[in-house]
Amino acid sequence: MSFGPKATIAIVACAIVVGLILGCAERLSPRPATAPAALVADHMAQWKQRNPDRANRWVEEEKERHKIVPPADNSHLLKGEQGKGHPYGNYTERDLLLWNRELEKRVVNGSRIFHSADLLGGTVGVSCDMCHPDASNTHPETYPKFQPQMGRVALLRDMINWCIQHPVRGKALAPDSPEMRDLEAYILAQRKGVALEYGKH
Amino acid sequence: MRHKHPSVETQYMEARQGFYASLRNLDRRSFLRVSAASAAAAAAHGLVPPASFAPVSVAHGAPDAQDAPAFRFAYISDSHLYAKDLNDRFAQALMRAVDDVNHLDPQPDFVFYGGDLAQLGQAHELDLGAQILKNLKAPLKVMVGEHDWYLDMGTRWRELFGEPTYSFDHKGVHFVVLMSVVEADFWTKRGMTPMERMTTVAGLDNGVQSPFTVGPEQRAWLQKDLEKLPNNAPLIIFSHSPLYKLYKNWNFWTDDADEVQAILKRFDRVVVIHGHTHQLLTNRIGNIHFHGLLSTAWPWPYAPQGMPELTIQMSRPDPFNPNDGCGDGEVLVHPDGLVDKVYALWNRNPITVAKGYTASWGKECIPPKPNRPSF
Repeated sequence: MSFGPKATIAIVACAIVVGLILGCAERLSPRPATAPAALVADHMAQWKQRNPDRANRWVEEEKERHKIVPPADNSHLLKGEQGKGHPYGNYTERDLLLWNRELEKRVVNGSRIFHSADLLGGTVGVSCDMCHPDASNTHPETYPKFQPQMGRVALLRDMINWCIQHPVRGKALAPDSPEMRDLEAYILAQRKGVALEYGKH
Repeated sequence: MRHKHPSVETQYMEARQGFYASLRNLDRRSFLRVSAASAAAAAAHGLVPPASFAPVSVAHGAPDAQDAPAFRFAYISDSHLYAKDLNDRFAQALMRAVDDVNHLDPQPDFVFYGGDLAQLGQAHELDLGAQILKNLKAPLKVMVGEHDWYLDMGTRWRELFGEPTYSFDHKGVHFVVLMSVVEADFWTKRGMTPMERMTTVAGLDNGVQSPFTVGPEQRAWLQKDLEKLPNNAPLIIFSHSPLYKLYKNWNFWTDDADEVQAILKRFDRVVVIHGHTHQLLTNRIGNIHFHGLLSTAWPWPYAPQGMPELTIQMSRPDPFNPNDGCGDGEVLVHPDGLVDKVYALWNRNPITVAKGYTASWGKECIPPKPNRPSF
């Protein structure tokens, strides 16, 4: 007797459902519930190997290329009785994972734009990282500030646009464009832990 | 026959001659001080330059003869050229540096190019660089940088400039040029194209690439090249990356620096001059004195960790002035092999890191503090 791939998938799917039911019932030790999870992960890896073009790894690839400072750790939300009387109810690990993944996408895409003259719309082969490796020397924590060279108060995005127009020689981004939001996300993320000191020169 | 009461003109010409004679023994920083003093003296006499020449006498101490530089050479580095029709700014900047050096009077003994002539190692970028550098009046010595190398693994660069590792002697000083940007193969297993390999190496903060090394072959060559030299021989080493471990994330780093330093250990004093960092950078490790080179294209920020204590950081460059923080410079070589390193910043006063500064571990000859913090 032999099973085709469809039968394998069906068995795995059944195992997940059973595992989840058992896991939720909390009658068993976690082991039987995690075993199917490992199977799924394994299956996913196999699928990715067979379909390299459909497995979108841009987040992993960019994280391998450039240092991305991870966001704040929110695991304290899972401890104790934080759910009691909290307006948004109980947070689960799944919530935290979702937040981090969504946030990471924006920051990582910001890093891709930051490191690419093409994505910036530059015309002279210059990208942000050529003067600001790892977004250093961008000091976003000092904005807003009066920028004497511009003769007005500048937000971080004004300075980003100045750089895009001058050294990068591209077209200024709309202040609320996805590219600008991602660039800001990346630049701010790299300065995690630095005290906000707006107006500093 | 000399008159008892020389004319005003004769007095002027004699004073002028004396002044220029005294200037020969000055470095650039003292020159600025003397010029300021002469202007002050002139003002005190009610004279306003340039209507009148301001004579000054400079006192010379005994050690001058020994302390006077034996010779000097100029440097240009890190021009990162693209094709001229893609990016004219970087090409213009290199042309400006060549112009600066050609107007040095007297001319330096030679001009040293510190690597990263091209941005993406393309033949037309290297050719453009070679063409611009041909305009130099003084002889040229060239070092390779990682941006010149990792597209065709040095094929075009070699055709233009020869082997990247060599040594030569000049007026009693032994010079060694190393290729310190050897990276272990990270591209084959990733299936990268030559251009993908090049752009990976070209990204300073790109963590996919390997750390720079000199490598066992060159270390063996270096050992052999230095064999015949006595321990007190004046010795200057050029390397594109700093021959010490500053900050790994940006390859301000040579992974086998300790092994190279061990080869240099027996010498009384060694000077290492490196490119890659695009900034005023000073360090000393034991007998080795390190100096960085300025870039003509753009300045790098200082590394967030591992900064050498001896470094006096240059001003934070003004982003609104594309030339700020860039420049070229000169190296005044003393008979003992130590150097005065002149950073000719295009938008600031020149800064000289005199030999006495590193020789005294930063206690004497302290360079002037820049007027803005490095941030």
